[in-house]
Amino acid sequence: MAVDVQSAKAPPTVLARVEERQPLWQRIGKRVVGYGILIFFAMLFVAPFLIALSNSLKTRPQAAAAPLSLLPNPLSLRAYEQLVGSGLLRAAFVSVVVTVLVTLARVVLDSMAGYALARLDFPGRRVVFAAIVATLAVPGIVLAIPRFLVLGQLGLLNSFSGLVLPLAVDAFGIFLMRQFFASIPKEMEEAARIDGATIFQTYRRIIFPLAAPGLIALTILSFQGSWNEFLHPLIAAPSDPSLRTLPVYLALLRGAGGENLDFPILMAGSLLTTIPVAIIFFAFQRHFISGVAASGVKG
Amino acid sequence: MHALRIRLGSSQAFVGWLFVLPVLVGLGLFLFLPMLMAFWISFRDWTGLTPPSQSSFVGLANYRALMLDPGVTRSDFALGLRNNFYYVLGVVPAQTVIAFFLAVVVNQRFLKGKGFFRTAYYFPSITSSIAVSLIFIFLFQRNGAINALIDPLLPTDRINWLDNANGLIHNLLAVVGVHEAPAFLENTRFLGLNLWTWLSGPSMTMYAIMILATWTTIGTLMLIFLAGLQGIPTEVDEASAVDGASAVQRFRFVTLPMMKPTLFFVLTVGLIGTWQVFDQVFAISAGGPQKTTLTPAYLVYRFGFRGSDMGAATAVAFILFVLIIVLTLIQRRVVDPEEA
Repeated sequence: MAVDVQSAKAPPTVLARVEERQPLWQRIGKRVVGYGILIFFAMLFVAPFLIALSNSLKTRPQAAAAPLSLLPNPLSLRAYEQLVGSGLLRAAFVSVVVTVLVTLARVVLDSMAGYALARLDFPGRRVVFAAIVATLAVPGIVLAIPRFLVLGQLGLLNSFSGLVLPLAVDAFGIFLMRQFFASIPKEMEEAARIDGATIFQTYRRIIFPLAAPGLIALTILSFQGSWNEFLHPLIAAPSDPSLRTLPVYLALLRGAGGENLDFPILMAGSLLTTIPVAIIFFAFQRHFISGVAASGVKG
Repeated sequence: MHALRIRLGSSQAFVGWLFVLPVLVGLGLFLFLPMLMAFWISFRDWTGLTPPSQSSFVGLANYRALMLDPGVTRSDFALGLRNNFYYVLGVVPAQTVIAFFLAVVVNQRFLKGKGFFRTAYYFPSITSSIAVSLIFIFLFQRNGAINALIDPLLPTDRINWLDNANGLIHNLLAVVGVHEAPAFLENTRFLGLNLWTWLSGPSMTMYAIMILATWTTIGTLMLIFLAGLQGIPTEVDEASAVDGASAVQRFRFVTLPMMKPTLFFVLTVGLIGTWQVFDQVFAISAGGPQKTTLTPAYLVYRFGFRGSDMGAATAVAFILFVLIIVLTLIQRRVVDPEEA
């Protein structure tokens, strides 16, 4: 299920011999072309972030005059100072609170539901699972207005609860956890049950620890998803500036600029918004990747 | 043993429901109920500013305004469909082909450093759509990095990416000397737009958004392809090599057929995702210039929250929903007839 780099390193013998039979120029040539392609695309994917970083440290005239140069001269922290002095810190605080609450809720609720759907034999299980899979197809934009309506009816517009609750349950997470629990051997929990453990004890002592890789994948995908979520916070807190998350804050900062955009500020804001997810990404890469790979394999 | 099974059986029913109840309540409250209410709203003239109970029933008026009644609502909707169609036509093939190509290259045994390249390619996929949109505004502005890079290659003036409503097909026709619409294209209308307008091609601004979307999605799709490639048993590849198949033949006759399910998955995900483009349009162009980047998803927001016409907005949302479901079904048949 996971993308395995290790196995690719030990070349299978037949293909290795095919490779050895090739003339030297061909073996060198295909490496040059291969690395050329890889490096070209790596630059394509990384360069925009480097350009954003260098320009966030430039003065406005300099960013306008030499957008491509990677070395800010003079170095200016004006953009960062100005951002921190404005509403950015508040937006960062809202983002952190929403993201942490949504992620916690998803990990607990999705894993419980996923376990029940994978392992517990209860009447209506198939129907429940089919209903959850069906909701995967519902586009977020279709839900925007009805959610606005329901939040309004519940009196949750412009509140933290309104920002968090609709995102707290997520069909994809349930699906991911169900697939994950289904892949754990059944014998271990059967043994525990015969020894007299209750379902709760089995879940807590046996299943939960075994499910750690799946839970980590769910945690970081949830963290990334709710940190970057734009549409929901945009519509759930339409008239309370103190409840803007970072993406909403950034988008409105751009909108307020009109034709005359302060690019060092926009670049600095974009990078500051990217950094928390980037840190999580570099720390837990493998799990990110196995989460995405799992979503593809099931298809 | 029999008694144990009965005890387990009944407690499984209880605990099973206990475990799924919270998510069922959540999905019910914030997914199923909203869908039903949206369906109801799409037949009413709700503004979103007053309680929905004060709105009145208008029958199919919202749907008629989008598809039949002459007016700005219908032409906006038609423009949204046109723009998003060109967006899908460009982005889905580009992201699928490039992602597959990169996955195949990264998966080559003779190349080292897979982990590094995989990370570099995937990184844009995890970032905030709004943050990268702002970065791309900076790259695509008139005096920006993109123009500075391609300026020497262009015969014409610098492209005004973010404020250029000219369609690509119109531009190409202008190159071969067609500047005006031929009469039959000018006078034949569909959904309130004449065929000349339908056949504009994506505007330069839409093009910038398409490049951004392709750039962000490639990494995720590449990982999915990579997982698929690594799921192909090496024995199959080896056996064909023993039989004397060249690398190209192995790719054509072994890899490609075995990658069909993954390819189908990536195409479906791409199609579903591209018909919902919203964040980038919001941040980069707000539908402009001259409405050439309006999309149905953006119209939902624009009609509903800017135009105080929640009825029309939910009607667009439902049409979009149906469109996505239908496309998914059609594509399932085209890509894999046996499994449909």
